[in-house]
Amino acid sequence: MKKSPSSSGITRRQLLAQSAAGAAVATGITGFPAILKAQSNSVKIGFIHPASGGLAYPGAQSRLGGQMAIEDINAAGGIKSLGAKLEAVLGDSQGKPEIGASEVEKMASAGVHAFTGCYQSAVGLAASQAAAKYNLPFSIDVGVSDTLVNRGLKNVFRMADGYGRITSDAVDNLNQINQGAGSPAKSAVIVHEESEFGTGTARLLSGKLKESGWEVKDVIKHANPTRNFDNIALRIRSMKPDVVIPVNYPGEYILLAQTLKQQRVPFMASYSVLGGGFNFKFLDEKPEIAEHMIDFNHWYDPTSAKAKEMRKRVEATGNYFTFEVYCTYNSIRLLADGFERAGSKDPDAVNAALASSTLDPLIMPYGPTKMVNGQNMGARAVAIQAQMSGGKLDAQVIYPTAFASAQPIFPRPA
Amino acid sequence: MRSVKLQTLGVGVVFLVALPWLLDSEFLIGFAVLVLYSATLGQSWNILGGYAGQFSFGSVLFFGTGAYTSSILHVTYGINPWIGLLVGVVMGMAVGAFVGFLSFRFGLRGSYFALITLAFAEAFRILANTVEFTGAGIGIYIPLRQEPANFQFTSQMGFYYVILAFFLISTYITLRLEHTRFGARLMAIRENEDAAEALGVNTFRHKMLAIMISGGIGAAGGTFYAQYYLYIDPYIAYGVEKSVEMLLVSIIGGMGTVFGPLVGAFALHSINEIARHYLEAPGMSLVVYGVILVLIIGFLPDGLIGLLKSKKKAGDDA
Amino acid sequence: MLEPVILLTALINGLMFGAIYALVALGLTLIYGVLHIINFAHGALLMLAMYAVFLLFTQFQLDPYLALPVVVPGFFVLGYVLYRFLIGKLARGKDQNILLITLGLSVVLENGALFFFKADIQTLNLEYAYDMIEIGPALVTLPKAISFGASIVIGLALWALMAKTDLGKAIRAVAKERVGARLMGIDVDHIFAVSYGIGIACLGAAACLLMPSFYVTPTIGHVFVIIAFTTVVLGGMGSFVGALIGGFLIGITESFGGLFLGESLGQIGIPLIFVLILLFRPTGLFGGKA
Repeated sequence: MKKSPSSSGITRRQLLAQSAAGAAVATGITGFPAILKAQSNSVKIGFIHPASGGLAYPGAQSRLGGQMAIEDINAAGGIKSLGAKLEAVLGDSQGKPEIGASEVEKMASAGVHAFTGCYQSAVGLAASQAAAKYNLPFSIDVGVSDTLVNRGLKNVFRMADGYGRITSDAVDNLNQINQGAGSPAKSAVIVHEESEFGTGTARLLSGKLKESGWEVKDVIKHANPTRNFDNIALRIRSMKPDVVIPVNYPGEYILLAQTLKQQRVPFMASYSVLGGGFNFKFLDEKPEIAEHMIDFNHWYDPTSAKAKEMRKRVEATGNYFTFEVYCTYNSIRLLADGFERAGSKDPDAVNAALASSTLDPLIMPYGPTKMVNGQNMGARAVAIQAQMSGGKLDAQVIYPTAFASAQPIFPRPA
Repeated sequence: MRSVKLQTLGVGVVFLVALPWLLDSEFLIGFAVLVLYSATLGQSWNILGGYAGQFSFGSVLFFGTGAYTSSILHVTYGINPWIGLLVGVVMGMAVGAFVGFLSFRFGLRGSYFALITLAFAEAFRILANTVEFTGAGIGIYIPLRQEPANFQFTSQMGFYYVILAFFLISTYITLRLEHTRFGARLMAIRENEDAAEALGVNTFRHKMLAIMISGGIGAAGGTFYAQYYLYIDPYIAYGVEKSVEMLLVSIIGGMGTVFGPLVGAFALHSINEIARHYLEAPGMSLVVYGVILVLIIGFLPDGLIGLLKSKKKAGDDA
Repeated sequence: MLEPVILLTALINGLMFGAIYALVALGLTLIYGVLHIINFAHGALLMLAMYAVFLLFTQFQLDPYLALPVVVPGFFVLGYVLYRFLIGKLARGKDQNILLITLGLSVVLENGALFFFKADIQTLNLEYAYDMIEIGPALVTLPKAISFGASIVIGLALWALMAKTDLGKAIRAVAKERVGARLMGIDVDHIFAVSYGIGIACLGAAACLLMPSFYVTPTIGHVFVIIAFTTVVLGGMGSFVGALIGGFLIGITESFGGLFLGESLGQIGIPLIFVLILLFRPTGLFGGKA
């Protein structure tokens, strides 16, 4: 796991210390940080990600993308209408909703102006609601639960797609791929992680698969973390499904795939939906397992020149170009756009500006940005498959055709 | 002597009631909320462990039951959380009765009792993580609607007065323990259960009552948590961390005393704040706390209160 | 689900982990049998040992199995010192105190690990970690098979120690009759510390055998505390044979529980067994004293 540069971010402790230096102390009791006003003119964006714990890698990738965006925006003049630069305030949710929420509370009282987060929908739900107490804008970077945008909260926004439409598109695509091969596959087993992300997505998938005539033989839930998939592999083997559908976070995604391969569990395809571990890192490190796996997920537009440029740039720093990077990048761009068009730090003004955003999706394969209840209706996810190309395993977009770079290989060869 | 004590208590209560106005800072009032909250939970453990001598390692059972009861009633059935609080307290007492009945009927004491409470808490966690109506692994998110009637407040002060009330009630109960025959019998059971039985004390009934009171208070703490943080899941509600916290504040403060849990809670959260201010990484405050626990067991069995008392005594004698 | 192949595979999977649980339980039951204390720090000490194995691997490239001769004696010494100079001294013989001191120790260890190592999940990247070998219908990873074999060997070695050596005799004497042993000239305090040390050394061994197939995080001890106590209570406090058989039974329960009840509910088997044994047969399958 590569370390991400944190040159442009400050931690919450530093923020408090900075503020303490310039403001009146509320009480005479020493050692206790007091409630203080932010001193500098910058627009402070709180980052709520799992910097430690089982999801430390995606957390670091999110931070990387967000800080890159702040760098780029500041280099282009920052928030010109305010004459202010963006500043990242890094927080650690430790992967837990209650900690994410309390980080938001602390940052809010220390003068942070907006938030991005949280990788996990579970944390996003709690953290964005905490931010709602102060009406502070919260831009969800990665987090697909539609509950995030369905609570009637005026401060929550999301550039990326939610599981409602993602699951519809995923099932459509699976049906297309299946039909294209003569419809050999009829049954599926879904394996999902137990929190809001996995459970919500699995529920929708199960319903939509059944609607289009699939037999959903089992929906298997597992905890975070799970480091032993022997039993689940055994269960899957006994069910004999044609397609295995994982919906989980990186560690478990990879271990499940590995276990299925080692246990020689037979199936026609692995078609994950929002598989947290499907990325260039996985393809690089475990090609023999990744080959022919299909994932339906956030992904960049492979035809975009800017995307290729950004990918080179990230890889030059020794990091992988995973979806957390560019989703958080866009999340920050959204916030910056909101502050710019509002011309103010006032939460109501910023939230209103965000609600009417038409931000250019840049490197994403989206339609034009249009916010409805905080959800960007232009967002789409795509299907990607790990295929050999020029002797190396690469991720090819196989759907939708407008962005596709290869044909699907289905079923996977014996 | 009695009236002096009563006077000090009265002053104490007035002080606590006036505290938010004296502190005048959301952060500090929030700190006070946490201290009183931990003290209340500690008192729950203290009644069963400190006074009745039954060391529970699974007191989170009551906490989680209260939290889930009020949250499920609120989110799934639209029932007002204040009512959910009362139902939760009853459920907490019921769970206490359930665990108590099985454990005490079958004669489990000492370490065996501690172990079985641990097992029950774990079993509840697994069940909460499995069944639909608790939200399983998703947990329960309580929707934001900050109105006092909805047991949510826009400022810390509202929560402060609620938890102060809980704290005062649990403290009053503990004070009564110290001055009634019921309490005296509990302490007799703590000192030597067989002797107490031989002397005619119905140890089973007394222990059952103690665990039920402990259950009710713990459950109230659970509902408070749910309304304060607006999120619970099986790990928060039935995880072992909370059990450890409940017993730590009691023992470090001084188990078997009325104000031990308060002193212990104040120490815990002070150490927490200091550690968090100087260190980014979590964990160090509990390391310190754990070391203090070991030192207290070894050298100061009466806890921090014992330390204060002996200093006072030395001062009196001087 | 009920095909013999599936059932047999689940059985074998259960036995694989069961052997390691047995090893963890052996240490705990020895400590109880001799010292009559319930070592609540058992899980945390196992966690510590697992981090030690992890560090030896990442810093010195020492293979976990080759680390056995380092970790086992090292943790024996740690256990000896812990008992001799901390637990034994501070407890002053009171049962209640020891309960709390070992609990305090576990709080210190877990949170210390959290502070130093963060909450990240650490695994070993062994080259041979995913080589499979066939055992009947089951495909088992090489490390699991090695660990299984090693647990058996270590278990037997421990039994031989207790049954055949002078030290073993002294330990058994102290376990049976403390005062009498002292009168016979046995340094009881030393034996206590040695017993605790052996118990912790078992954790060192278990850590070396677990890490290739598992992971470590500061709170991993919690998982093993419940498993270890259930195993010991099931087998009977103080009984070696009980710990071994108990370990296998618990491993199998876990495996079948997961298979039939699903990953979530399947875990209930262990605390359920624990409660039932404590209520209805507290001496366990092979235990003697109440």
